[in-house]
Amino acid sequence: MFKRLADAGVAVAITVDGKHVGARSGDTVAAALIAAGIDHCRTTPVTGAPRAPYCLMGVCFECLVTIDGVGSRQGCLAPVRDGMTVETQSGKREAGR
Amino acid sequence: MKASDLAPAYDLVVIGGGPAGLAAAALAARAGLSTVLFDENPGVGGQIYRAIASSPVADRAVLGEDYWVGSDLAVEANASPALIVTGATVWSLDPSRVVGVSIAGQARLIQAGRVIIATGSLERPFPVPGWTLPGVMSAGGAQTLLKAQGLVPGGRTVMAGGGPLLWLLAAQILRAGGKLDAILDTTPRGNWLRALAHLPDFVLSPYFSKGLKLLREVRAKVRVIRIDRLQAVGDDRLREVVFGTGEGERRMPADLLLLHQGVVPNVNLAIAAGVAHAWNERQLCFEPVLDQDFETSVRGIAVAGDGAGIAGGTAAAERGRIAAIAAVRALKPEALVPDVQTVRQRLQRESMGRAFLDWLNRPADSFRQPEGETIVCRCEEVTARQVRDTADLGCEGPNQMKAFLRCGMGPCQGRLCGLTVTELIAAQRGTTPAEVGYYRLRPPVKPITLAELASLPIAEAERKAVER
Amino acid sequence: MAASDYDVAVVGGGLVGAATAWGLAREGCRVVVLDEGDRAVRASRGNFALVWVQSKGLGLPEYAGWTIRSSNAWGGFAQTLKEETGLDVSFQRPGGFHLALSEKELEARASILKRLHNQPGIVDYKTEIMDRAQVAKMLPDIGPEVVGGSFCPLDGHVNSLRLYRTLHTAIKARGVTYLPGRRVENITREGGEFRLATASGEIRAGKVALAAGNANMHLAPMVGLEAPMKPERGQIVVTERLRPFLNHPVVTLRQTDEGTVMIGDSKEESVDPAGLTLGVSATEAERAVRLFPLLANVNVVRTWSAIRVMTQDGFPIYDESETHPGAFTVCCHSGVTLAANHALAIAPMIARGALDTSLVAPFSARRFHVQAAG
Ligand SMILES: Cc1cc2nc3c(=O)[nH]c(=O)nc-3n(C[C@H](O)[C@H](O)[C@H](O)COP(=O)(O)OP(=O)(O)OC[C@H]3O[C@@H](n4cnc5c(N)ncnc54)[C@H](O)[C@@H]3O)c2cc1C
Ligand code: FES
Repeated sequence: MFKRLADAGVAVAITVDGKHVGARSGDTVAAALIAAGIDHCRTTPVTGAPRAPYCLMGVCFECLVTIDGVGSRQGCLAPVRDGMTVETQSGKREAGR
Repeated sequence: MKASDLAPAYDLVVIGGGPAGLAAAALAARAGLSTVLFDENPGVGGQIYRAIASSPVADRAVLGEDYWVGSDLAVEANASPALIVTGATVWSLDPSRVVGVSIAGQARLIQAGRVIIATGSLERPFPVPGWTLPGVMSAGGAQTLLKAQGLVPGGRTVMAGGGPLLWLLAAQILRAGGKLDAILDTTPRGNWLRALAHLPDFVLSPYFSKGLKLLREVRAKVRVIRIDRLQAVGDDRLREVVFGTGEGERRMPADLLLLHQGVVPNVNLAIAAGVAHAWNERQLCFEPVLDQDFETSVRGIAVAGDGAGIAGGTAAAERGRIAAIAAVRALKPEALVPDVQTVRQRLQRESMGRAFLDWLNRPADSFRQPEGETIVCRCEEVTARQVRDTADLGCEGPNQMKAFLRCGMGPCQGRLCGLTVTELIAAQRGTTPAEVGYYRLRPPVKPITLAELASLPIAEAERKAVER
Repeated sequence: MAASDYDVAVVGGGLVGAATAWGLAREGCRVVVLDEGDRAVRASRGNFALVWVQSKGLGLPEYAGWTIRSSNAWGGFAQTLKEETGLDVSFQRPGGFHLALSEKELEARASILKRLHNQPGIVDYKTEIMDRAQVAKMLPDIGPEVVGGSFCPLDGHVNSLRLYRTLHTAIKARGVTYLPGRRVENITREGGEFRLATASGEIRAGKVALAAGNANMHLAPMVGLEAPMKPERGQIVVTERLRPFLNHPVVTLRQTDEGTVMIGDSKEESVDPAGLTLGVSATEAERAVRLFPLLANVNVVRTWSAIRVMTQDGFPIYDESETHPGAFTVCCHSGVTLAANHALAIAPMIARGALDTSLVAPFSARRFHVQAAG
């Protein structure tokens, strides 16, 4: 869906659902997912419909993912960090995660 | 910066680091107010100057000079004594100006002498069938990806909607080497009639020549099709865009559909703080009721920038300055501040031509007041039919609607459905959005964790109210 | 009386009014419901949704029996509503807890229950004090500070916002006229019928049922009744939707059928619904995390405060007017718990035109005078 314009930024290694994803410094988690061609980041807690980041500015909450074990974080507001583990979410969040 | 490093009180707390917030913080701090600016994004700049200090887009022509002028604001604010904290989400503001802020999972309450809310605008909801599918994104979202990460649409891309920002983004994508399969223009032709009265003003404004140039630039490269119906179709993601006018219907395979029909003030924090709002019929949105210094109905709280009513980035900075001057005058009358009349005049010039643009780009009813199974509330998956049926049940306003259907109860707290729900109720009950009103909002206006909430200071009486 | 527009005018369209209106419509009455507008203070929009039995009745033992009657009727009530509207209000009665975070809290709990159940004439129902190990068997996620609690198998909960919507859907289907934005300003009785004045016109009805919550305080005297009230503010904190983790409602914390966790039960003497204090929310959050530590990282998506409809002694008021025959009050705090009674017991009495004293005599507002005299 998207391609990277300039190869600016330093490579940052994160994993998404256990798989290595090459991100760049300056990426947010949501941007890194989009750049990697990951189609949806969660399914909804209501009907299980797939959703992907929509606004990229912190207002829609479609980009919710689990970051380093903490669920329902807004991926579009969280900068990537080396070694970060990201998990896509399915349905309702599990308490305690 | 950790939440615990913050002082317990500041003369001025500025919320939002777009042009309004940056200009306000710089001015106030220079004049000697202890000033802190919070922005939840990783960097300052706001929407217009998103990632102004870190954008990987090297070719300045891509984003255009109107983007890069933002650097000055950021540099000025950084050079000022203001404390600028990014990654800081403000989730509460009360009429006594206690600001609830969260930084890296730690919450704090800060007392402010004055507050300037500069939380800007957000894109107007665009509830068409299929707008929740992966592959459908707001145009502003795509622009953020371009500005902040240098990401350009790569596959089959369709843009739909209207308004200056849509055309600006189209041009930016094209300049960056991206390709657009089509632009589906949803603005009703009839708008010209209303707009015409404001044409002379517009012709004299800077928007005129800039706008024409932009339109020409985009039209030379992309097919533009006028439509009055639009649908995103797909199973687990967008596969095709279906659109039409009158009888005709066309289908276009697509990987990405970018939607935009203008921006509206982001009212959540101000409403939660108890600020009075009113309906703006020209811009079809609620905006705070303000005096000439942008002070709200709640003393000591001002709203500057696009949150005060849509007027654009340059105007936002001037509005921020006016609000900051008022804050300095209130707290430190002896301090030296720029002449407010000069700033007002600059602001006046900035608003030239806006009326024409507003009337010309006013989105069509059918794209604001959906029907049938189209989702209105994305979080709780509430449809237009449910909202309309419940209005028929005798539900007079959005708060009762929320109780009945849960619309606006999800994590976005009505940001993506509020205006639609209000307008649908008004349409269904034959009244006006001004009569219907908006969601009542309460803190936290952005989610915080239970542990964060639990960590806040508790007075003895407050504990007693729960522990009995 | 045939000249009246309606057989009964119900004042108030919250849970109490809507349940009563539904019951009246089932009895064949022509009913109108007069309600306030969108911004009205409505406990029906802000309640905690428990169908609760334990601890009810200290000071008025008949209240325990009345509550249990409703609790027992609730299953059938929910089923009927579902058949009429297709909407499921998710009534469940798995038994509920009151949890203690210290030995002191547990002792206080035990002593209240003892006093309650020692009252002469109280119905015999079970509420058990459990130690930590017993509680943990049923609520495996409790935190280390939980020392024990009390459990009553009759306690349950519903989705009360869906109940609210369902009742409105059901009254519409039964032909009840619902008029929002019609605050009743005055009530008179002339020519054998009641005239209810609102800013946008007068409504006439043969009978009137006052179900206007705390506003009954002002309305009741217009028809020779009284409703001494003492409004009270309660704040609630709600989380995002979670996978089911809690099988039993706790009096201060429950998981809804939708997955959200509601945390509440604060009490402050106030009538200002706008005045939400963060410290109260913080206390609720702090206790919630101590009860169930796995909730620490969960996101709070909303908080709100609502004004409880509270009579001066906390017990319901059901009355009929001696001076204005045909005028009734239906007034109580626990409108969710008692919804089944209002629909299935009180409404038929109003339809017949007389309260059944064998059931509701103890709930007459006359008790306030007896107490004052004694
Ligand atoms: C998606 C989008 C793209 C746009 N692109 C352009 C463009 O390219 N060119 C153009 O001329 N105009 C553009 N606009 C319009 C432009 O944004 C405004 O005219 C201008 O940015 C207004 O400035 P502001 O300072 O009022 O608000 P903004 O620039 O929106 O800044 C507000 C800031 O507040 C922060 N914030 C919001 N809520 C909180 C909170 N609770 N806690 C902490 N921080 C918070 C936000 O992160 C944001 O950084 C765009 C608008 C949108 C919505
Ligand atoms: S994409 Fe909208 S909040 Fe992150």
